Amino acid sequence: MNAIAPIGDGQSQLIVSRFAVPAIRCAGCISKIENGLIDVPGIASSRVNFSTKQVAISHLPELADDQLRREIEALGFEAQILGENPLSEDKGSTDKLIRALAVAGFGMMNIMLLSVSVWSGAAGVTRDLFHWLSALIAVPVIAYSGRPFFASAAMALRYGRTNMDVPISIGILLATGLSLYETATGGAHAYFDGAVMLLFFLLAGRVLDGMMRDRAREGIGALLKQTAPGAMVLDDDDKTRWVAAKDLLPEMRMMVAAGESLAADGVIISGSSSFDCSLMTGESEPQPRGKGDIALAGTLNLSSPVIVQVTATGEDTSVSDIARLMDEAGQHRSFYVRVADRAARYYAPAVHSLALLAFAYWMFAGAGWHQSLLIAVAVLIITCPCALGLAVPAAQVVASGALLRKGVMVKDGSALERLADVDYALFDKTGTLTLGRPTPVNLDDLSLIQKQITLALAQASRHPISKGIRSGLLALDIEPAVLDGIQELPGEGMTANWDGVKVMLGKPEKSEDHLSSQLTVGSESVVLQLQDEIRPDASEAIAKLQALGLPASIISGDNIRSVSLVSRALDIPAQAGASPQDKVEAITRLTTSGHKVLMVGDGLNDGPALAAAHVSIAPGSASDVGQQAADAVFTSESLMPVALSIKVARRTMQIVHQNFALAIGYNVIAVPLALTGMVTPLIAAIAMSLSSLIVVGNALRLNGAAS
Amino acid sequence: MSGLAILIPVALLMGLSGLVFFFWAIRNNQFDDLDGAAQRVLIDEEDEPS
Repeated sequence: MNAIAPIGDGQSQLIVSRFAVPAIRCAGCISKIENGLIDVPGIASSRVNFSTKQVAISHLPELADDQLRREIEALGFEAQILGENPLSEDKGSTDKLIRALAVAGFGMMNIMLLSVSVWSGAAGVTRDLFHWLSALIAVPVIAYSGRPFFASAAMALRYGRTNMDVPISIGILLATGLSLYETATGGAHAYFDGAVMLLFFLLAGRVLDGMMRDRAREGIGALLKQTAPGAMVLDDDDKTRWVAAKDLLPEMRMMVAAGESLAADGVIISGSSSFDCSLMTGESEPQPRGKGDIALAGTLNLSSPVIVQVTATGEDTSVSDIARLMDEAGQHRSFYVRVADRAARYYAPAVHSLALLAFAYWMFAGAGWHQSLLIAVAVLIITCPCALGLAVPAAQVVASGALLRKGVMVKDGSALERLADVDYALFDKTGTLTLGRPTPVNLDDLSLIQKQITLALAQASRHPISKGIRSGLLALDIEPAVLDGIQELPGEGMTANWDGVKVMLGKPEKSEDHLSSQLTVGSESVVLQLQDEIRPDASEAIAKLQALGLPASIISGDNIRSVSLVSRALDIPAQAGASPQDKVEAITRLTTSGHKVLMVGDGLNDGPALAAAHVSIAPGSASDVGQQAADAVFTSESLMPVALSIKVARRTMQIVHQNFALAIGYNVIAVPLALTGMVTPLIAAIAMSLSSLIVVGNALRLNGAAS
Repeated sequence: MSGLAILIPVALLMGLSGLVFFFWAIRNNQFDDLDGAAQRVLIDEEDEPS
């Protein structure tokens, strides 16, 4: 955000801010937003990115992000300020790989053209000319496109390790050097074609891998909601100004309007209201807070404006504590090595020694250093882990593409590997097994006029129960009644006058359940019951998981009564009242007893558990923290994607294993041939490419796996 | 042989120009919003009042 773009006259500078606008669905929305914003003074231009559902606005620095968001909302679209996307840090690396791939492709095709003429019998001066031309194309192409491999190989060698890129780099450099020597001495064979083709196929694997990661990142970036980008601060002279969250200091006074969330921890010094603390505790009931009470960053102010004196900001807030806990929990997982790398650890040294042995043997056998080197290069190229390198990313890209079409975004390839071997599922309740929004169940108890009054009252409040009632009534096509003097009494409810009669929607007098509301019109009163509905096909999804060999249980921070309701409905065991630490401990217990745990959760309080589990999935409605900590995010209302992604992950690993078998089988046949000197580097390159194509073709079969 | 002297440079230049064009397209963010480009065709530009 806020990249500074100087404009022509150099007097004032335009700032670019980005907003996530998930509701962009059609061409009409694009023109409505772009044409609408252009009329706002101070906005120079705006551009909708339809693919990522974002709007980039370049504007004068006087306009605060918050004002811009209101302008977008005035056009009828919900918008969120996008901070610097923490997930997009190495977005540029795929672009670089694509460029290298384009260059390698160009070089490969032109060199092949020249090589075909040489094979078909060009001799003498023509052959030498073609070899020189090939060298002219190949050397810059290899220098440019080979950088990703050379850099990674150099890095590994500097730390005294070896990876896949070391044999690749040596093979390419040796083949190029040998070809240059052949060309200079007028030899019959040059292997520029083999070297460049090798690069092209290897880069194709890397690009596929990178594209998959970027696609998932972008999808999640568009969903990222900033909890509180900043706050209105009340200065000593009673003027207000907008301060970004990172610039807030202790002792500042924040004005927090109803419906805003807090950007820092603090103490309420004026006003009282109820707060939605579900982000911190998982408890769905709003907590009343008054003067002198502590309000934590990330909680949502529900009913009336308060002034909060900041006590802790940024790193020191309770939210950050949880983030730290998550970090620690996630650490041990980074030791997980991806299958290909694990294979490479044994593979790379084996390849080196094989090539070296071949060279030594043929030297010893008296083949001459030139012939021996040729054989060594052929061994290096033919054993090049292309098929091995493509085996994993190709399968993962196809599988994640198939999952994406079903509304599941997998963040990286290793998540698929880990999803495939889980054998126990833990679910959070609120927002995960349930939809996380209460819906009224007995609206029929109200007469039409009562419904209209209820809607008018509920519309004026941000309370989750009011929101639930409102959406329930709107679904019945109810028109709101005309009321005057609408007021919100913190902790009590909404009151107003309707034709001179006092009406009220609020806490029931005998409150046996916090998920209920009472409508009072004059002296009549009706109690409305609400339920946080279980996701439509939760029990089918859990049955399906069980069929896949994953027993499930619930672990929730909510109170025992609401947890047991869900537990009984789905017929799975549950643990209630669990703190974030309890959840992590439960997972550690299961892990030490030999289980690989899948955690499905959404809230901030699930963050550490999501990071500690073997693999984790969060719903699209989850908090930022939840989405960032999870390995995959599903966007549908149904819980089926959880079972589906396990199924697809297992299918993917099957394909990966097949690919490994293919790649290794190919090596078993080809390596002895190369060792005995029956294969020239060119044939080695062709065989290698063919094996890569077969592996990619096999991976494409995953396309139908998600249906 | 003299035909080659013309044909090879021509082939290389054509390939190279394709490559340059691709680099230009990446640099100018032509691939950033592929779905958006498809949607924008449908926007009715309002006629300039004449």
